[in-house]
Amino acid sequence: MQQARTLFDKVWDSHVIVTREDGESLLWVDRHFVHEGSHHAFRQVEARGLAVAEPALTFGVADHYVPTRNRPAIADPEIAGMVERLSANAVRHGFRLFGLEDPDQGIVHVVGPEQGLTLPGLLVVCGDSHTSTHGALGAYAFGIGASEVAHVLMTQTLWQRKPKRMRIRIEGALAPGLSAKDLALHVIRTIGADGARGHALEYAGAAISALSMEGRLTLCNMSIEAGARCAMVAPDAVTFAYLRGRPLAPQGEAFERACAVWRGLASDPGAVFDRDIALDASAIAPLVTWGVSPEDALPIDARVPDPASETDPARAGYLEQALAYMGLRAGMPLEEVAVDRVFIGSCTNARIEDLRAAAAILRGRKATVPGLVSPGSSRVKAQAEAEGLDRVFREAGLEWADSGCSMCVGMNGDLVGPGERCASTTNRNFRGRQGKDARTHLMSPAMVAAAAVTGRLTDLRKLAGG
Amino acid sequence: MERFIRLDARACPLGLANVDTDQLIPARFMSRPRSEGYGRFLLHDLRFGADGQSLGFPLDVPRHAGAAVIVARRNFGTGSSREAAVYALWDYGIRCVIAPSFGDIFASNAVKNGLLPAQVSPEDAEAILALLEVAEVPRLVVDLESQRIELDDRAFPFSIDRVRRLQLLNGWDDLDLTRRHAEEIAAFRARRLAEAPWLLPS
Repeated sequence: MQQARTLFDKVWDSHVIVTREDGESLLWVDRHFVHEGSHHAFRQVEARGLAVAEPALTFGVADHYVPTRNRPAIADPEIAGMVERLSANAVRHGFRLFGLEDPDQGIVHVVGPEQGLTLPGLLVVCGDSHTSTHGALGAYAFGIGASEVAHVLMTQTLWQRKPKRMRIRIEGALAPGLSAKDLALHVIRTIGADGARGHALEYAGAAISALSMEGRLTLCNMSIEAGARCAMVAPDAVTFAYLRGRPLAPQGEAFERACAVWRGLASDPGAVFDRDIALDASAIAPLVTWGVSPEDALPIDARVPDPASETDPARAGYLEQALAYMGLRAGMPLEEVAVDRVFIGSCTNARIEDLRAAAAILRGRKATVPGLVSPGSSRVKAQAEAEGLDRVFREAGLEWADSGCSMCVGMNGDLVGPGERCASTTNRNFRGRQGKDARTHLMSPAMVAAAAVTGRLTDLRKLAGG
Repeated sequence: MERFIRLDARACPLGLANVDTDQLIPARFMSRPRSEGYGRFLLHDLRFGADGQSLGFPLDVPRHAGAAVIVARRNFGTGSSREAAVYALWDYGIRCVIAPSFGDIFASNAVKNGLLPAQVSPEDAEAILALLEVAEVPRLVVDLESQRIELDDRAFPFSIDRVRRLQLLNGWDDLDLTRRHAEEIAAFRARRLAEAPWLLPS
């Protein structure tokens, strides 16, 4: 009898071309996403005088540097050059491009699932760490560096050592108003920013089954912030319903045949994980970050940590530096922290469900600070406009923009100013992430909307239904 | 790729945890061509103020001039997959980073560029940091053959994946290894797409 296997084992096994004596395996890549920041990799391919091995499995998306206003013009010549280079590479090598003028353009990790390119059981890579997002559909998806991007372009394969397996089971139900972002921050603050390092993560349990596909995408997206090599959710009825009819997913009879295969993609009873952790969703309060790592998260009713009460000098030093950078007073209530602006966007939290959650708080209210809303894709933007969500944001005083990575990483010039504090639906509160000396607080879309209304970090439950 | 066997060099103690790749190279520099050299962008915003003046960061004090090794606390290279973080370290002259843990993608990128991510225990990282602070000259030896770091009269073991160790010792390039398997790749592709033609998006 075959040994019980985890979901990850099954997907791994089905992609191994050869395994060397030293334990490294050569894996087949089903989907390779590239973006305008992948220029270092294309240069390596050119230097070798080689072509892209599998253009039909390669997809280009313009997202990292693209403007979110006054498109399709690109004012910055350096950025215009990068986007043009991606277009030229798409033509030259013959792969599909979701470019700036394409109605299906968006952030790569929103576009892949939305188009039905990301499917259960596939191996998906992209030169971006948040590729973990795609695992929400039961794919083995991970971010790679430029050298690996070049290797995939030239061979459609990658050398990997099999990571350890880790399961996080989350039972119980989230309290009303809470979302997958709170789950993600709870996981990261519990296990640490390197808590899943070297592991393929599988999420399971009632709280995961209850999540929509959008929520699962958010949770898997943030798993890289816990150091996970990849994160997965076993495909189920939610997955199949999400994928049915997507433009580039299998259609008709082929879809039914695929579903039959996908139903087998679950961890076998008795499958062994190297680590197994259990968490309770019902115990979670809305979370916000106060520091410079995603693990620096606390419930909104907590106080800023005090270095003086730390016994470990290295930890006390870390807290002191983090608080100095963030401009926070030790021991102050988080709800007293005033913000200068808000941002709703990114591959973490800019899908339609995220925009609906933020709009539900903002409807009929005014923001007291400026803010930017950048939908996860041009399709999400169109759908939000069809639902009238754009009007809610505009009437509240926020700016409604086009889709791209935008203020999550600031490469396109959408920046938080030096010393400014931003309540943000994004994934990283690293120093300078949203701009030099910018201060980022991560939280859910509804929490960002609540902060926009009051001008400070706020428990959304005090506004919800009001 | 340059080989890494043994390094006898000045080392800079950073003492920071969670040095993410956004710190190693801020995003705004990544649209620049590599030919300009990325060394001056390394840890830029921790090192330089608004007018470009030095903030006295450890790398920029005379004692650590010419350092080819950085010693840090846990989770070095966490975050974004940007290989430019490794380019910045390499172009600056760094050939080895010693820390208790590394971001997975960073460690992979490092080895592909010939840079050694040497993992030590948290206790040894603290000991090395402390020794470097008091050493007359902050110098150490990193020996990849024996997987040992030598500092004063102390020696500390470090770990690295055995395949990565061989790649660094030999300066191997992945693509050369992959090309030996061209037939197996072609056979795998044909079989996979025959079994499930719907894997190819139409």
